[in-house]
Amino acid sequence: MSAVTDTVRVAPAANPVSQSIRDSMVVAKRNLIRMSRIPEMIIYGLIQPIMFVVLFTYVFGGSMQIGSSTSAADYKNFLMAGIFAQTVTFATASSGAGIADDMHKGLIDRFRSLPMARGAVLTGRTLADSVQTALTLVVLAVVALLVGWRVGSDGDTNAARVLAAFGLLLLLGYAFTWIGALIGMSVRTPEAATSSGLIWLFPVTFISNAFVDTSHMTPWLRHIAEWNPFSATVQACRVLFANPGQSPSDAWPMQHPVWASLIYSVLILVVFRTLAVRKYRSATA
Amino acid sequence: MPGAIYAEGLVKTFGDVRALDGVDLDVPEGTVLGLLGPNGAGKTTTVRCLTTLLRPDSGRAVVAGIDVLKQPDAVRRSIGLSGQFAAVDEYLTGRENLQMVGQLYQMRAKAAKERAAELLEQFHLADAADRPTKTYSGGMRRRLDLAAALVVSPPVMFMDEPTTGLDPRNRQQLWEVIKQLVSGGTTLLLTTQYLEEADHLAHDIAVVDQGRVIAKGTSDQLKARTGGERVEVVVHEREHMRAAAEVLTGFGKGDTTVEEHMRKLTVPVTGGAKLLAEIIRELDTRGIEIDDIGLRRPTLDDVFLSLTGHVAEAKDEDSAKEAVK
Repeated sequence: MSAVTDTVRVAPAANPVSQSIRDSMVVAKRNLIRMSRIPEMIIYGLIQPIMFVVLFTYVFGGSMQIGSSTSAADYKNFLMAGIFAQTVTFATASSGAGIADDMHKGLIDRFRSLPMARGAVLTGRTLADSVQTALTLVVLAVVALLVGWRVGSDGDTNAARVLAAFGLLLLLGYAFTWIGALIGMSVRTPEAATSSGLIWLFPVTFISNAFVDTSHMTPWLRHIAEWNPFSATVQACRVLFANPGQSPSDAWPMQHPVWASLIYSVLILVVFRTLAVRKYRSATA
Repeated sequence: MPGAIYAEGLVKTFGDVRALDGVDLDVPEGTVLGLLGPNGAGKTTTVRCLTTLLRPDSGRAVVAGIDVLKQPDAVRRSIGLSGQFAAVDEYLTGRENLQMVGQLYQMRAKAAKERAAELLEQFHLADAADRPTKTYSGGMRRRLDLAAALVVSPPVMFMDEPTTGLDPRNRQQLWEVIKQLVSGGTTLLLTTQYLEEADHLAHDIAVVDQGRVIAKGTSDQLKARTGGERVEVVVHEREHMRAAAEVLTGFGKGDTTVEEHMRKLTVPVTGGAKLLAEIIRELDTRGIEIDDIGLRRPTLDDVFLSLTGHVAEAKDEDSAKEAVK
């Protein structure tokens, strides 16, 4: 157990970027192993969005007006982009709770005393959450197809465009997990992270184009909804899926939804990642 | 030249609580310092400052020759930390935990894997290596936590109350591991509220109370400061107690205390073993039969009491917890 021979086994100090990626992957692996050992978490994570698909489709489906159409089939095709986007953002809450939980266990002291990249604990967690989000999206898409959702219901699309839509959804989800990370770093308990993580998500996802046609909203509310970053991704998905409900609008994000979605997501990602990592560094929990 | 762990005037306040009030430490390379003190004395805060987990308000700290405040990352490469609570992921297996820590110490994946297997063997965890650690007993978790701190065999180790809450058998096992480690040349700072533990493991002891080091020295030096030795006698027959007391008072340097029900007499003395022999001869001459006789030196409990005016363990738990936050 000589100190000399053992220190040799440590890789020489790598450049900060590759070390950061490597450490993040190690932590992501840890979180994925954890998830696989707590399968009920994944299952509960699936039940809610599936319930939303079924409830919205069958309860609201017959009484919603999308553009000039009131057909339940049109609403179904309109709805799915909204449900997908809502699902990826709701992962934020569990992300925040997970990080709050980590921060209050002894393990975080271990991490903080190791010569690892500072942001890796959070990056690893958010990456693992994104893997879970991707799994959820796959299951949700299958359920959506089962209840009658079809891409290309309102124009032409192709596999590349559909995949691009899912890519935008994952990017939005990943950006939002950093908001969750910041919340998780800022609250005292995992319970507080779960509830405070959900409260703000309701207005964000409901004052949007996700579930209703914004052209029926009062002007000021419609204005908020159309500039809502969340709406941009929903609109982008509808365009890429060729689903109905791309209501004509003067708002720039609604006219260029793919770009708007990309810009918003990257902006949220950069801002909240910076804040969360800074908070992690200064945390003296 | 400063030692492997060196601190000068560490101050840390949390709101109104002055958790550290100017802590000075100097631990020579390859030795063990026992940081002894009651709950809330500042032991954990000291360790957290030295292991880069907490930034002191003022003061200087050097660990393994590296300035803790200026180069925290370099310090992290040279230390191992084992805390009061086992810092392992309960859903990961023992092996996965150690591999993860190894990789985060920047070991290559293969080396981390080999090292994990080695440590699991060494800490008698090989049988449980592939079970999630939430199925482990408290003692097993502590061993795993200690193993995690040793993944790179760091030259400087910090252990914060490593045996708190362990049963005697597990404590004994952990002591053996720690002794082995130290015989390999590791510098160790160990905090404990068990006087026996400090006595057993540490070369030097620093007694902390209310954020300050109030006494330093070897266990023997500290005991000597508290006052000299005493002779304890247990007589066989209760009626011999008065006569025995006369003998002891004759040889002693103070009053003889008598504990009737235990037939035990104690007297402070100077002169050690030679005097003890004389007392035995005198008791024998007078026909006083004895069950037990011995030269007792002060325990660290006595030391602690005389230094701080209160006993080691007794202090309000809640205020102590507040203080470490």
